[in-house]
Amino acid sequence: MEPIIIEGTPKTPTVKFDATEGVFEIKGRSIPENSVEFYKPLVDWLDSYKETPLTKTVVNIRLEYFNTSSSKCILDVFKKLEAIHKAKNEVEVNWYYEEDDEDMLEAGEDYESIIRVPFKMIEIVE
Amino acid sequence: MGFDIENYINDKDKSNVILFYKGNVDSDVINHVLDTVEDKMVEVNEQSKLRKKVYNVLVESLQNLYHHVDKVPEDFEDQSADKFGMLVVQKVDSGYKIITGNFVHAENIDKLEEKIKRINRSSHEEIKELYKFILNHQRISAKGGGGLGLVDIARKTGNKLEYSFKEYNDKYSFFYLDILVDEREQS
Repeated sequence: MEPIIIEGTPKTPTVKFDATEGVFEIKGRSIPENSVEFYKPLVDWLDSYKETPLTKTVVNIRLEYFNTSSSKCILDVFKKLEAIHKAKNEVEVNWYYEEDDEDMLEAGEDYESIIRVPFKMIEIVE
Repeated sequence: MGFDIENYINDKDKSNVILFYKGNVDSDVINHVLDTVEDKMVEVNEQSKLRKKVYNVLVESLQNLYHHVDKVPEDFEDQSADKFGMLVVQKVDSGYKIITGNFVHAENIDKLEEKIKRINRSSHEEIKELYKFILNHQRISAKGGGGLGLVDIARKTGNKLEYSFKEYNDKYSFFYLDILVDEREQS
């Protein structure tokens, strides 16, 4: 599978999905007006990946800001990961948040409570 | 007629307004407003926690305008704006005020008001649960909104949503939303 590599912009995150390493990363700001347009290719890619996933997949989410319309798309990403996990593959989500950013920690906890995949909350200390 | 959308602002304390905008709310305007306000907060060394909250609330307020405003009335002065909105960002003692204004069709008022009232009578914990419920159960609408904007604003600020509807004519009202983002610790 071809990896997905997208450079970040002020409104969209940097994305690196690499099927050979099994390491996926979303990083930066995700505040586009049309988030479905941005996330649909990622969700489609995960749909293919979930047919033959690696035994271990690590997902690093390191967002500074995300808007509510991205929050639904990010949930769609997690739902694909949940399906991979449910098929007896190891999936681990590392949710990064800056030390004073309780809102970002809470956002991670929201997903953790909805999605049945192990989450690790990681505080970034500057 | 004596309708002036700035009346609402004129009645209020206008000191320390760091941004005023009225006109079409498109993607470029949103970018520009976000950059301007972010730069100003960095300039005055605003603590990062407050800065992030203001930025988040500003994104949601602007995108609410972008996704949800109704068309302007036929006799309104500015017909060029497809998505007409108004925005004021003001520095106040405890933090920042973000005030938005937009036209709402008379038939859409009740639904909007009911939504705000529901949020305003909910506790912080209930708002958190409401957010998660909508996140998990509601699809993104045809307009592109997720139905989460106001809930998210209330959750992040921990404050009630102040609002008013000023009648423009029998078909339209102008809706003001007055949001306080302050430094108060939330429980």
